[in-house]
Amino acid sequence: MIGTALTDLWYGFGVAFEPHNLVFCFIGVLVGNMVGVLPGMGPLATISILLPLTFGMKPVAAILMLGGVMYGAQYGGAICSILLNLPCHPPHAVTCLDGFPMTKQGRGGVALGLTVFASFVGASWGITEMIFLSPLLVKAALQFGPAEVCSLMLLGLLAGSTLARGSPIKGVAMTVLGLFLGSVGTDLETGSERYTFGMTELDDGIELIALALGLFGIAEFMNSVNQVAPINTKYTNVGLKDMQPSKAELKQAFFPMWRGTIVGSLCSLIPGTGPTIASFVAYATEKKISKHPEKFGTGLIEGVVCPEASTHSSVQGDFIPTMSLGIPGDAVMALLLGALMIQGIVPGPQLISQHPDIFWGLVASFWIGNIMLVVLNVPLIGIWVKMLAIPYRFLYPSALFFVCIGVYAANNDFFQVGEVAVIGLFGYVLLRLGFHPAPILLGFVLGPRFEENFRRAMLISRGDILVFVERPISAVFIGLCALLIGSQIYFRLRGTKADLEPADENAIGEHVPTELARQRVSATPAE
Amino acid sequence: MRLSTSPIRELMGKRDFYAGGLMVLLGLGIALKGTTYRAGTLMHMGPGFLPTALGIILILLGIAIAATGFSSDGDGHGEDQSLLPENPQWWAWFCILMSPMAFIFFGRYFGMIPGTFACVFIAALGDKTATWKGTIILATVVTIFGVALFSYFLQVPMPILTWRGEL
Repeated sequence: MIGTALTDLWYGFGVAFEPHNLVFCFIGVLVGNMVGVLPGMGPLATISILLPLTFGMKPVAAILMLGGVMYGAQYGGAICSILLNLPCHPPHAVTCLDGFPMTKQGRGGVALGLTVFASFVGASWGITEMIFLSPLLVKAALQFGPAEVCSLMLLGLLAGSTLARGSPIKGVAMTVLGLFLGSVGTDLETGSERYTFGMTELDDGIELIALALGLFGIAEFMNSVNQVAPINTKYTNVGLKDMQPSKAELKQAFFPMWRGTIVGSLCSLIPGTGPTIASFVAYATEKKISKHPEKFGTGLIEGVVCPEASTHSSVQGDFIPTMSLGIPGDAVMALLLGALMIQGIVPGPQLISQHPDIFWGLVASFWIGNIMLVVLNVPLIGIWVKMLAIPYRFLYPSALFFVCIGVYAANNDFFQVGEVAVIGLFGYVLLRLGFHPAPILLGFVLGPRFEENFRRAMLISRGDILVFVERPISAVFIGLCALLIGSQIYFRLRGTKADLEPADENAIGEHVPTELARQRVSATPAE
Repeated sequence: MRLSTSPIRELMGKRDFYAGGLMVLLGLGIALKGTTYRAGTLMHMGPGFLPTALGIILILLGIAIAATGFSSDGDGHGEDQSLLPENPQWWAWFCILMSPMAFIFFGRYFGMIPGTFACVFIAALGDKTATWKGTIILATVVTIFGVALFSYFLQVPMPILTWRGEL
């Protein structure tokens, strides 16, 4: 078991070290890091905007590059939150609590240096989990029939929408809306058109890219334009030398880092609990077991490394269900899965055996990419710091251009550009009404497969809806769904929010910036 | 906002009421349109089955969301309940939405350079500190880099400069 995994990993390194794959991984990390540093650009927006660049590539290179973009952007977000107190991406909200005070004390460099290290440790652990757990999960998943797949998707969707952020019931509504949007276009089984209103451009369904860029690009720009306070760059003079932690600081960071990693990986095992929850839980745990909890919030190293390690380990852990079951846990994963679908690759348990180069190449490239990240950030930190000062009034018009051309490039069709504007307006209305649009993407990506499996399950069971509770594995998933809904109602009635929920979310950044950019779902049905 | 103590009036002032209302409307639209497609049976589902079901679920969720506006704590733990932000940016919103339209129009009839320039220029006008000079410089810089990257490097098939192109 371990032997095969290591052989496969060796093969993966072979794939990842192919020169062009290595170059694309490097470009991904570099560009992702660069864009991620910009205030207001989280991993979602960064991946969406950069997705069109990968259309012409081979699937392996494309996914390696997007993987690099993802963790590059994630680390870039940490720089933004530590130096500017601006969490562009919710998981970093906690990092601000202690990271920014450290910056004020002139120890921002140390915080950044330790963050690089903590992310590496967290990510490495997550990757190791991925290597050993994914094949196990695949083995189990290959036994699943349509009914099981359906219930599992239901569980994933419910968890993704209720545990994430904001009101659970609004999250579920967004997921349902996403599922519906996924059904627009030609029906796979009967070939009849649905909700196209006579527009032939909609026959292939709504473009994933248009949806992602509309919701996380345009809607986000509308939300932040003229609302962004001028950035305070008073503390951002960080040079290479400042980044080196002293021995004492390293020692202080060592155990919190590992505790954060463990918490993160545990959180990633629960479907739907993404990096945001992982980082909040890690911070809370660290505070609880600390000998001097009152010092948290004043610039404690533990308060920086623990949530960062936790975030990175949980993100890597989130790849496990995404790659081995084809069920993404959050919007970032849904976007990456959509990118694979654009490349014509069908996600699901068969992915690892059918495309070992993608899976193992990705695993190996995570490691290579994370090392690149460390190597890049040390000399380039000065440049990143300068980029923090780019004002929003230059940023959003340029980003809008990338949105337009990216959507156009997906199909060479101007109709899609109009689509993105309409979706953007709709997304902004949703934002103003207190909805978080991320679950829409989740529902949208899973929608067509959910419908397909649902129909198949019904056909096999001869129209008996009870099949979902009669088959034992499926019944377990349905039971978990019921438990999830039940506990939400219970907490609601008791008036206490589930303790997993980031309590002070409002204090920290309105919503996840947007980066779901371009995924063509139209590619999916074809396969 | 509260014109009277009537619960309905009070509800009308809450954001969740409109949020739920929007979901009910969307759900209604989806479900009604869905019934025009063949629903089929559970065993052989037609194209209308799932969307109609989703529409109905959305209606129910919408009612539930609107109802949460009743409970005093609601969802808004301190969130603002107003529909518009404190200082509505109608002009900026208009610019941001017009920017893709300008891209479509100029891109289709005149090519990538005018399309890009118009797209960035109009978007940048939305910022309240924008000046003509700064906006023109920004649009020019983005156009140069954008065309170089997308046309020469990534080979996006869109004419750089044209006059009522083949479209």
